[in-house]
Amino acid sequence: MNSLLEKYIKKESLPYIFCPGCGNGIVLNAMIYAIEALGIKDDTACVSGIGCSSWIPPYLNMDVMHTIHGRAIAFAEGLKLSQPDKNIIVFTGDGDCLAIGGNHLLHAAKRNINITVIMINNYIYGMTGGQKSPTTPIDAKTKTSPYGAIDNPIDGCGVAMSAGATFCSRWTTGHPNQLKKAIQEGIAHNGFSFIEVLSQCPVQAGKSIFKERDPWKIIQYIRKNSTITSVWEDEYKEDKIRLGNFKKETDKREYCEKIITLKKRMKQE
Amino acid sequence: MLRKEVTENEGEKVIQGNEACAEAAIHAGCRFFAGYPITPSTEIIEYMSEAIFKNDGMFIQMEDEISAMCAIIGARWGGKKSMTATSGPGFTLMQEALGYGVVSETPVVVVNVQRGGPATGQPTFSSQQDIYQAKYGSHGDYEIICLTPSSVQEMYDFTIKAFNLSEQYRTPVILLADEIIGHMRERVSIPDSVEIEEKEAIEKCDEPFRRDKNHVPYAVDFFKGCNILVEGQLHDEKGRRIGHLADKSGQFIQNITRKITDNCAELTDIRHMYIEDAEILLIAYGSVVRSAERAVKTAREKGIKAGLIKINIIWPFPEKEIFRLAGHIKTVIVPEMNMGKYCREIERCLKQSKVISAPKLGGNIHQPSELAEIIEKEAALSYE
Repeated sequence: MNSLLEKYIKKESLPYIFCPGCGNGIVLNAMIYAIEALGIKDDTACVSGIGCSSWIPPYLNMDVMHTIHGRAIAFAEGLKLSQPDKNIIVFTGDGDCLAIGGNHLLHAAKRNINITVIMINNYIYGMTGGQKSPTTPIDAKTKTSPYGAIDNPIDGCGVAMSAGATFCSRWTTGHPNQLKKAIQEGIAHNGFSFIEVLSQCPVQAGKSIFKERDPWKIIQYIRKNSTITSVWEDEYKEDKIRLGNFKKETDKREYCEKIITLKKRMKQE
Repeated sequence: MLRKEVTENEGEKVIQGNEACAEAAIHAGCRFFAGYPITPSTEIIEYMSEAIFKNDGMFIQMEDEISAMCAIIGARWGGKKSMTATSGPGFTLMQEALGYGVVSETPVVVVNVQRGGPATGQPTFSSQQDIYQAKYGSHGDYEIICLTPSSVQEMYDFTIKAFNLSEQYRTPVILLADEIIGHMRERVSIPDSVEIEEKEAIEKCDEPFRRDKNHVPYAVDFFKGCNILVEGQLHDEKGRRIGHLADKSGQFIQNITRKITDNCAELTDIRHMYIEDAEILLIAYGSVVRSAERAVKTAREKGIKAGLIKINIIWPFPEKEIFRLAGHIKTVIVPEMNMGKYCREIERCLKQSKVISAPKLGGNIHQPSELAEIIEKEAALSYE
């Protein structure tokens, strides 16, 4: 057995509930490698909400909080403030983070609080059986958009960065090495980090959006329709999804740090 | 284990109910506060935004009440005693996360300074309309501990008690105040020390949710080597979900409810006056107790054998104690600042008595004279 598997996964919790071909395993793998590279397992806790993506942390041999729909970031902020020296990683999905939890994303990014949010975007509500999500492409037919989605999809990275996230990356499950590096850098970054992972859901999105049930073919399709860039232009006109490490801003101060400085100043006065 | 904690600012002073609550929270060891401003509880978040930093705690004004409730649960697992304070609409928004607090067995304190509802209702007026929401507000079967202060002094004392009970039973506790108590200024005596419940978090444990004979799980925190899985799903001793197992799931619900109902005697906190020979009894809680007390005294002056029961912890419902004290009394009047809610519980408990609901709506408290009138009317009827 792989030694990392022994170290990080609760054997008694297996098998995973993920469908065959799901992208969650790749993200879990990237995250484990990132934590191992940083050597921070005992000083890290994971928080997740509700949805397929949020089922990643419960298998981990770490302190984990599997919370309610959309609020993982809010729980994580409380946890971070009570233990500012620890690393908090949030696992969330496109529905959890951008629909019901959108407000918390905005405000955590605005505060620049040092938590790492990994948002797995599979373009659909997978756990409830294939309904339209905030990232479902326009015209896509899902269980709740039988005539095609009318509303425009939302771009998580754009939202996070404009709200004030100081670290932002987007990769796909077809870029496991880049993803691992981005997660590693995101955790190490002292500020709010947002990492989006475009992932394949061969069961639900495969059926309704990609018209393709082969996970590898969906990954290839997403890769083909994306372009790697390091500069985020607000006036982006091209049709391709942008991937890359878009932002790493280090001069903006972190939220907990600001409070700690404030408390020191109060003591002196 | 109770530990003596020396307080600052001891002595007598005149402060507001909301301030007394915030000060007590600091004395009780609260070191994390998350909230969102809402009338009539705002003074608590204002006070905490200053006091908690001075006491080496953390404060955050969240984007809404939903996230405030979530943040205090998160912070408690980080090992800090936590509290939030809100009113009406904010309390409604907190209900889902409150249920998560119950199932994850997180000791936190939620203060609801009640205002008039429903919806935006009467933001600056008092009510006791949320007593059922405090008990049944979140979905599913659960039990809650809920305290109702009726003076500024009790706002202080009950806040400390709320923290202690939450730690003792590992569950969210609700301090259900109302606008009158929250905004009233009264003399308060701050003791030089208070008794604080503190359980040492265990380290390196395989089954963090194992229970003692009172159905209460261990005290555990994150980052202590326990690899805890805090779950909103029904779970076993290790935190793993058991929703697919009917027997275990039923047992879980039994555990989280019985840890409160089985300890109902310990959780009963009732005061009474003139009850020994009482023929007409008032049962009240919260600010209404003040009017009820005056009314009973007036009735006594007129030679009517009136008495009063004051309930400090309304949930769990102290059924046995109320029956013991009042089972023989013919007429029971339940004044409340709502349509008449608690009187249903009293009716269920005192089947032999004539239970009269004395509701008061619109934001005003019962005048003592109104209650005295009801008592006199009932006394006249019983003499006929």
